Parts: sequence; structure tokens; C-alpha cells
Amino acid sequence: MIGSSLVPAPIAALPWKLIFLVLAIGLFGGMTLFSAAGGSLSPWALNHFVRFVALLAVAIVLSYFQPRTFRDWAYPAYGLIIVLLIVVELIGVVGGGAQSWLDLGVFQLQPSELMKPVIVLILAGFYAGLPTGEIRKWSAIWPPALLTIVPSVMILLQPDLGTTLLLLFSALTVMFLAGLPLRLFIGGGLAVAAMIPIVYTFFMMPHQQKRVLIFLNPEDDPLGAGYHITQSKIAIGSGGLFGKGYLNGTQSHLHYLPEQHTDFIFPAMVEEWGLMGGLFLILCFALLFRWGMTVALESKDRFERLAAAGLTMTIFFYFAINLLMVMGLAPVVGIPLPLFSYGGSAMLTVMLCLGMLMSIDRNNRRERHRL
Amino acid sequence: MNRRVPLVTENSQTYTFTRRALVLGGLQGGIAALLAGRMAWLSIAENERYKLLSESNRFQMVLIPPRRGWIVDRAGQPIAINRSDYRVDLIPDQLEQPDWIIAQLTKLLQLPPEEIQRIRTDLDRAAGYQPVPVAENLSFDKYAAVTLRLPELPGVSPTRGFSRFYPDGAAVGQLVGYVGIANKEEYEKEKNTLLITPGFKIGKDGLEKTMEHRLRGMPGAKRLEVTARGKLVRELSTVSDKPGATLPLAIDAGLQTFAARRLGDESGSVIVMDCHTGDILCMASMPSFDPNSFSDGISHNEWNMLSKDERRPLVNKALSSLYPPGSTVKPMAAMALLGAGIDPEERVYCGGGYQLGNRFFRCLGRHGSMTMHTAIARSCNTYFYSMGNRIGYDAIAVMARRLGLGEEYPLPVVSQSYGTVPDSAWKLRKYKQEWTRSDTLNAVIGQGYVLVNPLQLAVMAARIASGRNVQPILVGGREKPAQPLDMPPEHFEKVRHGMWEVVNGAGTAGRSRLPLEGIQMGGKTGTAQVRRISAGQRGQGGDWKYRDHGLFVCFAPTDNPRYAASVVIEHGMGGSRAAAPVAKDVLTWLFDKQKAMDALTALEEGWGGNIAERMKRDERRWLATQAANKAAGAGEGVA
Repeated sequence: MIGSSLVPAPIAALPWKLIFLVLAIGLFGGMTLFSAAGGSLSPWALNHFVRFVALLAVAIVLSYFQPRTFRDWAYPAYGLIIVLLIVVELIGVVGGGAQSWLDLGVFQLQPSELMKPVIVLILAGFYAGLPTGEIRKWSAIWPPALLTIVPSVMILLQPDLGTTLLLLFSALTVMFLAGLPLRLFIGGGLAVAAMIPIVYTFFMMPHQQKRVLIFLNPEDDPLGAGYHITQSKIAIGSGGLFGKGYLNGTQSHLHYLPEQHTDFIFPAMVEEWGLMGGLFLILCFALLFRWGMTVALESKDRFERLAAAGLTMTIFFYFAINLLMVMGLAPVVGIPLPLFSYGGSAMLTVMLCLGMLMSIDRNNRRERHRL
Repeated sequence: MNRRVPLVTENSQTYTFTRRALVLGGLQGGIAALLAGRMAWLSIAENERYKLLSESNRFQMVLIPPRRGWIVDRAGQPIAINRSDYRVDLIPDQLEQPDWIIAQLTKLLQLPPEEIQRIRTDLDRAAGYQPVPVAENLSFDKYAAVTLRLPELPGVSPTRGFSRFYPDGAAVGQLVGYVGIANKEEYEKEKNTLLITPGFKIGKDGLEKTMEHRLRGMPGAKRLEVTARGKLVRELSTVSDKPGATLPLAIDAGLQTFAARRLGDESGSVIVMDCHTGDILCMASMPSFDPNSFSDGISHNEWNMLSKDERRPLVNKALSSLYPPGSTVKPMAAMALLGAGIDPEERVYCGGGYQLGNRFFRCLGRHGSMTMHTAIARSCNTYFYSMGNRIGYDAIAVMARRLGLGEEYPLPVVSQSYGTVPDSAWKLRKYKQEWTRSDTLNAVIGQGYVLVNPLQLAVMAARIASGRNVQPILVGGREKPAQPLDMPPEHFEKVRHGMWEVVNGAGTAGRSRLPLEGIQMGGKTGTAQVRRISAGQRGQGGDWKYRDHGLFVCFAPTDNPRYAASVVIEHGMGGSRAAAPVAKDVLTWLFDKQKAMDALTALEEGWGGNIAERMKRDERRWLATQAANKAAGAGEGVA
């Protein structure tokens, strides 16, 4: 792509546009973490950079695999993750408390995170293998539904509502793109909407009801449970057009902003960089998603198409729910901003998604050459 | 699924995918746009509001309490001042092991259990940078003990602050009141954070309360940058406090203390006024409380003891107690008689009383033939019954009011009872009854419906002494002499001469002549019945609380009056017996301090010490009785 004669072919063949976008997001994230720690590489920024470089390398290595390989690995990976989820559950029971991670020494692995790309691959593989005429039949619905519901229930029991929702969204996206009848989605959507008041009244614990109410009106309880949303909005709003300047954020440095290195890193950044910094980051992500959707649309293979779109949407859901949450447009659920927030599992998931997307992209380009 | 399935081909499936993928792409774009719009709204449209919120997050104002203004007497001698004291606070923010620290402080400062409980509750409620008071008014030794161990006591802050000090103690208790920590109602009323700043106190009674606005001053402030957990980042700016203004009183502190001491164990009041300007030189009410111990936070025991005392140490008797004035109003009645045209040389024969219809009104003796002069000197009721009956009480009531009775004065005091000067209109209004002649006879000798407070008696004495329309002045003082009253000077002269005779001639207070060369006192005794008792007993013995009150009004020197005074001794049994000797010593002090102090020292030896010593003794006694009662109660319980 770049100066074909000067750069060796294998390096030039890398999808540089995407890599630049990912680098921009990841480095910006690292800078924000540096500032959030009060201008220090520890405890977050250095770890973030090391992890980022290592996982980006993993993603690039992954891009040299054939997309078919992922389809073949999907089922064993699915089985392995189900086993890990059970192990995590058991450790939680033995340890006497909820637990969602395994301590791998280097970092703590959340099996539920890995389930997100794997469910996309499994369902994409399933629909790619489904005979064309079967798509409107019952047999096109129940196996994917079962494959999705089993891990969803396990993750919900951890309890991790945010990850469960992302998993369901990813699975539904693949089903939607595979061509299941539209009325199923419309009908399902209406049914969920109708269920909300019933669930709220009969199935939610008081503290969960409170969370919903506070989401609807965070100013009611600025020091209690509405504190997160209120402080996040103060950080974003007080930044103005150009922000308070790098390393000058008061909301973050004086710890008024909670979880400023993970879920609430975006307001910490916007406080210092202002609307311009926020728009820049949103633009980077938007270009990343456009690249992903283009890969999907250019792909000729049905598995690759479904997988590429599903993986892009998986990353998108992280982004959308996190930002809607920090701007007070969605309830507080623990979901980080991919590549930008501190945290290994989410970054691993997203890098795996990107690696597979690059692999599909490479395959597309090979196809084009062949034509 | 048995119904007709639409034909699905690979092409149509690709088409569906493309279409749906574009829908998802649109969804992505839509959400990105929504996020960008929302962010712009927050950071541009609502920027001002959030900027403000972020600033108010970041900065905390900490008030520096102002030093309270001094209260000084007419010569600038301190009555209420601020003494630097040693105190220890806890800074919750820097406290690592609260339990261990509190245990250490308990050992070092000997904190009582209820204080430890209070500190714990305060700590739970406090914001991190706001100090929680542990102990105030510490001795230097205790303060030093804490300071020495400071390195091992993180979060403990020993500081020097200020506390209120009243050098004269109980002698000025009723007059100046005391200060204390603002209670919930006071804070609700004012909504001023200064009121809840540790160590800050407001006036709770007396002048401290009424002159609060002048004494308080303006707080200073520190602007602190703090973290969400309340940890101090840095101090940004400091505005220093403006101490409250000094409040000069008309009071003479030396006289005030002397009068309070001279009252001894009696329950009563002494008021001395400058009879030309109206300056209140002394307004003592005893027994009293020690404002020093009130201002440090009074103990439950001490409060109980004071509130249960039948001599009412918590009431300012100079202003809030009402008494029948008895014969002390006879000079005033004489003024009314002169005003009504009665010839002062006209004689009335006293045969021991006065017959009104079928009722006989008694006199204290059989005085024989009386003129106005001798009637005042010997306090003959018969003369005043007869003359009062002739002019009617409505004429006397007018004079009573002109001489200051029944009036509420514009003084900065917490409460003032102004009593009653009755007349026919008043009786009709209050009791729906006509005024009778026997009402007049009772009123003219200061009994019946007439009620006055001691300050009014002093004002009456001052107006008679100077012939001026003096108004009592408590704050400031030393103003120009008051305007003369619109009454013939010779009337005053006549009455004053009668009052001279009371003390210096053949009168009722002959034993209370001033022990001074060339300075004489004029006065009038009064004895007021507490309840109607058969004539034989006359409240001269028996239960303390049923004995007659002793009253005395006076002025000195007689040849050129300068001072006027009123003395009331509750249940003192008689004006000449209880009140006049006190007045004699108090007025002596004004002319010869040494002579007066010698007399007082002798008396105090007999009573068992000065005010503070006797109060301590009484408290010990009271505590012992309490303990004994408790033990007895417990014993019964076991039995």
C-alpha cells in the first residue's frame, strides 16, 4: 500500500490504515492513563503500553492465518470456554463470592470476554453451513439459540449483566445478518419492550430498580448511586471545547471521577482534551468500524462475511454502550472502552477480533488478485 | 414450518446480507452522531453549569472563626475577654487508626466516657478536612503531653485557640450572660456554616446574646483544594478574620463585683445609677452562675443544681423579678400629693391606722401627728392612706409612670418584666370592676396591684434625686445629663429632705448612715408582703419563702445627688433590716473603696469565703446530698 518499491512486500501488505487507527486509539488511551495516575507510568500506563504492543503483535500474527482456520477452531474453543466458565463458577463458590476471572499470573483472564468473538465465529460457521433454503425454518433458529443461551445464562449468574448483554447483541447481529425473517426481530423487540415493566416490577431487586431510576434521573441522588453519572457528566461538560489541558483534569486527578482508568476513562480524557479530543476518538472508532464493515461487504465467502460483520459489531457494542453510559444515555453497566481503557481481557478480545478481521481482509485482497 | 416458504437463493441471501449490513452500518453512524451531538451539548451548551459544578467539587471553603469582641466597663476594665487556650482536635483525613488514637488521647487527657462517645459520633459525621474537637481549655501540661507524642499520633492536631473568660465570674453572670456552641435551632435559623465550625461559640444569654451582632466579627476563610476523599491538596488563599468590636458598658466593674459580693448569701439585686445621665453603674443579681463554666459547656449536674435552687440563680432578678414595692413608693406618692396641691405642712393624726367605711387599714405604729416630712421619715401609712384617699389613685398613677414605674426600657437585655402601675382604667380593663377606695389605700403604700422590678425602683430613685427625666443606659454611657422633669424643683427638694430624714434623722433606716465625713445618703425603706398573713405574724419569720421582701431606694450625696440605687433582698424581712445596710456599703464603695472593702472582708469571713469559694462549697454539698439520695434509693431498691 505504501511506497511499494521501498518497503518490503510483507510489511507493505499489512492493512496500515487500520493499524494506524488502532495505534492512535491505544496510544491516546495510554496517555490518558498516564495522566489519570497523576502523570505517572505506573500503575496503569506502562502496563497498558506493553499489553497493547504484545496483543497488537498477536493480532498481526493472527492475520496470517486463513479465515477457515477460525471456523474450524470455533467449536473446540467454545467447549473450552464453557469448561472455563464452569471452573470460574466453582472457584467463586469455593472462594465464597462472585468471581468472573482466572488468575493467569500475567493477567487475569475473564473467560466470558473470550466468548464474545467465539459465539460470532460459531454462529457464522453454523449459518455458512446451513443449506440455503433452510434459513426460514425452525432448524435455523434453535441450535444458534441454544448455543447462545447456555453461556449467556452462565455469565448472567456470575453476575455480569454487561457482558451478557454484549454476548446476546453479538449473537443477534449474526442471526440478523444471516437472513432470519425480519418479523422475528421486530416481534422480539416488541416483546422485550413489553416485558420491561413486568421485569422491573416483579423480577428486579430493589437495588436494581434504584439503578434504573437513577439512570432516568441521576441528579436525584448526586452523592449516592447517581454519583458516577453525575461526576462523569461534570467531567465531560466542564472540559468545554478544548479541555482543561493535558495533565490538568481536576475531576480525574482529585478522584471525583470513579473508575477513571476503566469504565470512565472517556470523561477523564474529554475533561483534559475537550470536545475536540472526544470527537477525534469517536472519529477514529467510526473509521475503524467502517473499515470492518467494508471488509465484510467485500468478502465473498458467507462465513467470512458473517464473521467480519459480527466481529466489527462486537467491538462496536463495547464502544456504543460505554459512551452512552458515560454521557448519561444508558444505565451504568460495567463495560470498558476497548483499546482505550485499562484492562487485559477486553483488549485481548478486541485484538482477537481485529486479528481475524485482518485475516479476512487479507483473504479478500488475495481473492481480488486472483480475479 | 409447513407454510409456503419463499424461495431463498444464494443470491437473494447475499442481497439480504448486504442490505442488512448497510442497516447496521447506518446504526453505527447514527449512534456515533448521537454521541457526538450529546457530547457537544454537554461541553458547549451546558459548559458553564458543569464548569461551576467541577469548581465546587474541587474547592472547599474553611472558615476561620473571628475573635469575639471584648466587653469592657466604663473605664475600659475587661468584663469579658478572650483567653488563649489550648485545645486538641482530630483531622479525620489524617487519622489512620482512630480507635488506637482515641485510646491514647483518653489516657493523656483523661477524657470522660461520654466525651469519647461524642468524639466517635462527630468523627463519623465529619468531612475529612474538617477538624473534630477533642478537648478545649486544656492545661498546658496536658497540651504539652499531647504535643510531645505528636510523631506517634498522626491526625491529632493540638492548637492554641481562644476561649471566653469573665474575670469577675459569677458577679457578672446575669449581666453579660455566657457563650456556647450553637444548637440545632440556632443553626437552622441562621444557616451560617460559621456556627458549626469547631470551637466557635455564640452568645446564649445576657449581653452576649443581645449584642451578638456587635461582638461576633467577620470570619476569615481559607480556600482549600481537596480530593474526593477530602484530602487536602493545597491551601489556595486566606482571608483573615475581622475580630468583633469591643463593647463598652456603662457599668463600673469594680462596683458590680463589690455589690454582687456584698449581697452575700442573700437572694436579691443591687442597681446603682448615675442619677444625671442614667448610666447603670451596677446591676447585680445574686445568687448567680459562673459564666466561665457555662461557656465551657456546663455539666448536667451543675445545671440541675442551679435550676433546682429556690433562690433562682438563673433569673436576672434586677429585670425579670417583680415585687410589690412597699413603702419605697411613698416618696413618689408624696410627689403626687405635692403635685395635687396638698400643703406638705398639713397634719394627719396617726392613731395606728385609718378607718375606711367599716374597714380599718393598719399602720405599723401609732405615729401621732404627721406632716409629709415626718410621714416619709417614719413611713407612716396613715398619712398616705388619708392623703391618697383625698386625691385618688389615678393622680398618683400618673406620677408613678412619670417617675419610671411600669415602664419597659429600651435596653439590650434578654427579658424585662415591667410590672403594673394600676389605675381605674386598668382595673376596668383587666377585671371589669370599678376602682375602689380600698384599692387606692393598698396601692398608695405599694401593695395591692402594684408590681415593679428593681430597675424601675432605681430609675424612680434617680429621677427623684436629680429631678431629671433619666433613662437607664447599659451600653456606652457617659452621655449628657438628661432633661429636667417638668415639675417644680421645690417639690423634689421637699421629698428628698424627707428621705434624708429616713437615714440621717428620726427615720426607719437610721442604722444605715454612710460612715463617711460630709457625705450623707437619703433613702426610703420598704417591706413587701409575699402573701397575706395574719397581722400578728406579718411575714417576719417562718419559712424563708414566705418571709417579707426587704427593699430600699436611695441616693447620695444628699446635698448634691450624684448616685441613686435600689436594693431588693428577697425574703429579707424588711427594708431597713436587710436592704439598707447593703445599700450603705455599696454607696460607701463609690466614695471610699478601702472602707467599703474592709466592711466586706469582715462579712465574707463570717459567710465562709468569697463568691467562688461559697459556690464551690455549695456544689460539693449538693453533690454529696445527691450521692446520699442515690445510695438511699439504691438501698431501698435492694431491700
